[in-house]
Amino acid sequence: MTIVDTRTPEAKRFIPGATGDWEVIIGLEVHAQVTSNSKLFSGASTSFGSAPNSNVSLVDAAMPGMLPVINEECVKQAVRTGLGLKAQINNRSVFDRKNYFYPDLPQGYQISQFKDPIVGEGKIMISVGPDRQGNFEDIEIGIERLHLEQDAGKSMHDQHPTMSYVDLNRSGVALMEIVSKPDIRSSDEAKAYITKLRSILRYLGTCDGNMDEGSMRADVNVSVRKPGGEFGTRCEIKNVNSIRFMGQAIEYEARRQIAILEDGGEIDQETRLFDPNKGETRSMRSKEDAHDYRYFPDPDLLPLEFDDAFVAELAKNLPELPDEKRERFVRDMGLTVYDASILVSEAAIADYFEKVAAGRDGKAAANWVINDLLGALNKSGKGIEDTPVSPDQLGGILDLIKEGVISGKIAKDLFEIVWNEGGDPAKIVEDRGMKQVTDTGAIEKAVDEVIAANPDQVEKARAKPNLAGWFVGQVMKATGGKANPQAVQALVKQKLGIEE
Amino acid sequence: MTDLTSLTIAQARAELDKGSFTSVELTKAYLGAIEAANPAINAYVTVTPEKAIEMAEVADTRIASGAAGPLEGIPLGIKDLFATKGVHTQACSHILDGFKPEYESTVTANLWRDGAVMLGKLNMDEFAMGSSNETSYYGAVKNPWRQDGSDMDLVPGGSSGGSAAAVAANLCAAATATDTGGSIRQPAGLTGTVGIKPTYGRCSRWGTVAFASSLDQAGPIARDVRDAAIMLRSMASVDEKDTTSVDIAVPDYEAAIGQSVKGLKIGIPKEYRVEGMAEEVDQAWTNGIAWLRDAGAEIVDIELPHTRYALPAYYIVAPAEASSNLARYDGVRYGLRVPGKDIVDMYEKTRAAGFGREVQRRIMIGTYVLSAGYYDAYYLRAQKVRTLIKRDFENAFNAGVDAILTPATPSSAFGIGDQEMASDPVKMYMQDIFTVTVNMAGLPGISVPAGLDHKGLPLGLQLIGKPFDEETLFRAGHVIEQAAGSFTPKRWW
Repeated sequence: MTIVDTRTPEAKRFIPGATGDWEVIIGLEVHAQVTSNSKLFSGASTSFGSAPNSNVSLVDAAMPGMLPVINEECVKQAVRTGLGLKAQINNRSVFDRKNYFYPDLPQGYQISQFKDPIVGEGKIMISVGPDRQGNFEDIEIGIERLHLEQDAGKSMHDQHPTMSYVDLNRSGVALMEIVSKPDIRSSDEAKAYITKLRSILRYLGTCDGNMDEGSMRADVNVSVRKPGGEFGTRCEIKNVNSIRFMGQAIEYEARRQIAILEDGGEIDQETRLFDPNKGETRSMRSKEDAHDYRYFPDPDLLPLEFDDAFVAELAKNLPELPDEKRERFVRDMGLTVYDASILVSEAAIADYFEKVAAGRDGKAAANWVINDLLGALNKSGKGIEDTPVSPDQLGGILDLIKEGVISGKIAKDLFEIVWNEGGDPAKIVEDRGMKQVTDTGAIEKAVDEVIAANPDQVEKARAKPNLAGWFVGQVMKATGGKANPQAVQALVKQKLGIEE
Repeated sequence: MTDLTSLTIAQARAELDKGSFTSVELTKAYLGAIEAANPAINAYVTVTPEKAIEMAEVADTRIASGAAGPLEGIPLGIKDLFATKGVHTQACSHILDGFKPEYESTVTANLWRDGAVMLGKLNMDEFAMGSSNETSYYGAVKNPWRQDGSDMDLVPGGSSGGSAAAVAANLCAAATATDTGGSIRQPAGLTGTVGIKPTYGRCSRWGTVAFASSLDQAGPIARDVRDAAIMLRSMASVDEKDTTSVDIAVPDYEAAIGQSVKGLKIGIPKEYRVEGMAEEVDQAWTNGIAWLRDAGAEIVDIELPHTRYALPAYYIVAPAEASSNLARYDGVRYGLRVPGKDIVDMYEKTRAAGFGREVQRRIMIGTYVLSAGYYDAYYLRAQKVRTLIKRDFENAFNAGVDAILTPATPSSAFGIGDQEMASDPVKMYMQDIFTVTVNMAGLPGISVPAGLDHKGLPLGLQLIGKPFDEETLFRAGHVIEQAAGSFTPKRWW
């Protein structure tokens, strides 16, 4: 197979070495658990956290004479994912057996797709940045293929002093293996890729993207080369289960390979494991020890075939995906690309934002969602699903600002009250006397008092008009922040005789 | 009263309906026969008398209430390859020691639904690998047939040797069997019984221990063509648990019995006249041609040019699939486990002790032909050959041929422990020379007794049909049966 290099080497991504610059080449194989009620070839449940061996059918346990029956929902999920990755959908694909012995693999083979996967080439746009100028770079990463396969069970070595236990709950659960082209050139790009892929899968509802529970894990292929040169020998880092670890593993592995090459050594093609405690990768098995999986078409399963109408029906009901949503937010709501990117990172955040923004100023809504809501959620370690402030409540706060009932500053306080105590923002403002003072008489009185009490400052401010701000601050303080800042500003300037 | 065990299913069915005897009486007659004969024949590896009587009692009440199914009260033997709930199911292998499934195979469930009674589980070659029933962990099955004037023990053929021997020796009314390369038709041929391997997909494979998934098919071995038709109708079904089973209505096969073959075009493939074929086999074939012609069929010479590649290709495809299908017998979850110092050691010790030599040989062949660097040269080429063989048949059928007549086996039954066979496994593999093509093409094939050779041993003829046209096979098979007569072994046990 010839690998096409789709990228132009760029100095900003190079890794400096003793003998000059190096370029890292990365390809990712992501295993994403298909969101489905039952397994790929059996009716057993896929629920997480059940008692060991409670979600195991006769098929999953590979009892004699058992046969796999394809779960159509898993097929639909794979097609949806393929559509989300703008990929070629193959109307005919084939399930193969990948043969090897392991106690958590009851059949002695994994049913997978080898030569003819259900989904072919596609692409993902990733956004890397911001750089020092605050700019983001959009990069297209090619998808080589997506195929369906069975997950294995779990061996447990810590349950008995001399024996290992096997839990087959995961045995037969559907996975999508999504293979990227070797188009990735830095750990940041790799992290952006997996973040974006996760986002797309979650939008589609085809994988929950939960890396903690193992619903998504990645094998990372890393090689280095002199910029623009021939591809080097790659190492595969197995089963990386967090985005952060993936970045660390790539950084470590690239430097390890550069060091070997600069010492005149050669890279052994091997499988390695990342140790998060030590922050390093370790050899797991060399190419010589690699399994011969003896792939062949599974004779228990007919080729998987569907027509264009099947695909069209799924395409019709596909949700709006992050890229399209981002574009719409920028185009229709006047958001910056940066803000729009944050809002679309998760479908639930985008939905929340759209509810707040409905009939209101999009930019203001974006600012509040990003800075206040997401900030507070982040600080308290909560997800958008657990937000104590509903879109209606936040929208209510925005309305109060717009109507001039409260100032932006009071709004922050109000947000905090709603966050902690709940309630209708308008009623809280009413009950607690948080309304903005717009009565010029009252403001004028306060301005007069501040001016009278600070003759020295008056002199200074007349010489240096910038100091008018100090008076505004004092008046706001005196009015408990409820005075309309614009009105205060105007009166202060007028009374001090400062020209506009 | 006549010996109840000598009745065909059709005869017994009529008498049960009339109330001449009960299913319990019939079942007891068979249990008695088994008790008397099995020590000599070794057809059964497990007899289930209590279950049998219980089922027969239920059958009798259903017959009495007029709710009898098509096989109501008929005692059957079940090949050990079919999962039978709570009953010995070991594919006659040591590695499945003590295995009693929690489930019932679709084929046997269909039989029980139709009222049949289970007598027990029948001996077979280990994992259905063999053509003589000598590879069973439970010992060889003896053919109820012996050469005239000889007391030498002969093989019943395989892998469904227990099924064929039990039917021939009147130890069951009929038996289930399976056929991957000839395992129904070859033993039927060697025991003077009728065996049909239906079209691939006609019977569900669910709950049948797999040998080679793309070739395995269940079918019956019975006393005569009519009984085979009665049995197949009950065994066959589409099954949502086996996606390779086919959703075509199961016809009333029995209705085809007695229909004329006038105008049927019967193809005679010259490629089946192989070197080393016994002269009497050729003679039986010639007789068969004459009988069908006399009955009004048109005999045409046809070509199946890729026939000679079938056996080598079969012995690549079948072991390849077997090597993978048998990987699950690893000592981890059920059956035999021989402890080892670590997991790999346990695997090796368990599989070394649990699998017999022939099974090990095929696992090794299969592993080899699928391994990196050999896949294209062996497995892929064998699959291409398979396509060509299938096309040969399609061409013949497209040219108007309705069925193809060939010998069932290259010889009559041979001796247990035959030195020539034992020293060269390929000689044994040659037993399948006329039958494997049918599995490779997924077609139906029936073996019908055609006469006895000079040693007094039965010879069978094979009819090969179009996909899902088992009816034509029953129709033409019945004509041969009518002309050849029926054959029963002289009782020596």
